Amino acid sequence: MEDRNFKVRIICPDRVFYEGQAEMIEFSTTEGDIGVYKHHIPLTTVIRPGAVILTFEDGTQKEAAVHAGFAEILGDQVTILAEIAEWPDEIDVNRAERAKERAEKRLASVADGKVDEARAEYALRKALVRLDVAR
Amino acid sequence: MASMRDIKRRKSSIQSTQQITNAMKLVSTVKLQKSKQHAENSKPYFDQMYRTVTSMLAKSGDIDHPYLKAKESGKKAIIVVTSNRGLAGGYNSNVVKQVFEQNFDPKDVLIYGIGKKGCEILTRKGYEIKRDYSEVIESPLFEDAEFIAKELLTDFENGEISEIYLAYTLFKNTVSHIPKCIKLLPMSKEELTAEGEGNESDDRTIMSYEPAEDEALALIIPKYITSLLYGAFVEAVASENGARMQAMDSATSNAEEMINDLELKYNRARQGSITQELTEIIAGADAIS
Repeated sequence: MEDRNFKVRIICPDRVFYEGQAEMIEFSTTEGDIGVYKHHIPLTTVIRPGAVILTFEDGTQKEAAVHAGFAEILGDQVTILAEIAEWPDEIDVNRAERAKERAEKRLASVADGKVDEARAEYALRKALVRLDVAR
Repeated sequence: MASMRDIKRRKSSIQSTQQITNAMKLVSTVKLQKSKQHAENSKPYFDQMYRTVTSMLAKSGDIDHPYLKAKESGKKAIIVVTSNRGLAGGYNSNVVKQVFEQNFDPKDVLIYGIGKKGCEILTRKGYEIKRDYSEVIESPLFEDAEFIAKELLTDFENGEISEIYLAYTLFKNTVSHIPKCIKLLPMSKEELTAEGEGNESDDRTIMSYEPAEDEALALIIPKYITSLLYGAFVEAVASENGARMQAMDSATSNAEEMINDLELKYNRARQGSITQELTEIIAGADAIS
């Protein structure tokens, strides 16, 4: 059987978050969620806060939260440049919970016109992704 | 010849200075280790960012985007990354020199200062400090870079500034730091591709973009600027500590040299005074007998 692994690199400003082989990678882009296998067409896409799921040869999976950045997909290599990336055990659930509440409150008061709706929504999404990945 | 007491006083003063410079050297060595690690960790991100942006620009044909178009009017913004503290040899003045070398009229330039020392020198020279983010350089965070990039781009979009330059010190290795001034915006394709030559001529198959090129570019360029700024900050911090370590190292060894010199002088003076006393006693004894 053909080797279906390809190289995955997830890079943050302050560290190389992940570097290794994987069989499939899934993540969210501004245009929707995508899954990538080997020999995907070359694509550069902007990612939005979401979970990155890496599937390995032996069927195991690894999950991480990634916020903002972009991904470059080449035939046998995927590079994600993420501004923030976290493994589930690095996420502070309580903090994310609080952030979620805060963002929800802000969204509720959007009608006053004082709050930046897009920003509040973005914050809410980030908090939700963190909670989702941490569980 | 200076008296023994003078020499002694001078020696002890140099000795205490040496203690200070030595301590500073040790501190900056430790800090250098840390900031060097930091700079190295963040390197892959910027390299990749740079590659992606250059290849995007090279592939994407003529995009009519404000970030890429040169404007005639408006002032030039220079982000000057220096340190908040002195005693780092030529570190700060070398960065500021890069600003002078651009040969802009000070009236046309707005300085976005990072680091007190650079701001001080430039104010004296008649440049206008538009914004001062000096506290950032103490421990640069990605969020700081994001914030500064946002303000810069807002000013750029408002037409307040038409060009953005970045002057900082590149950290090549522990002993060599290169002051640099690079142009951030507007990006011209020619400049970018000329710089990225060599690694750019590779056989990349046609890249698709999602969303479309111009939209993606509008999203990615702010990220690119942010990452360049952040990269400049961490490199500048590493260079600052490296420069201070070198400066303090040579100060310590200079002090050592001076102390040895004074030691010799002191011993001579001591010997001289003993000889003189002896001669006087002998002369006195001679006179009595």
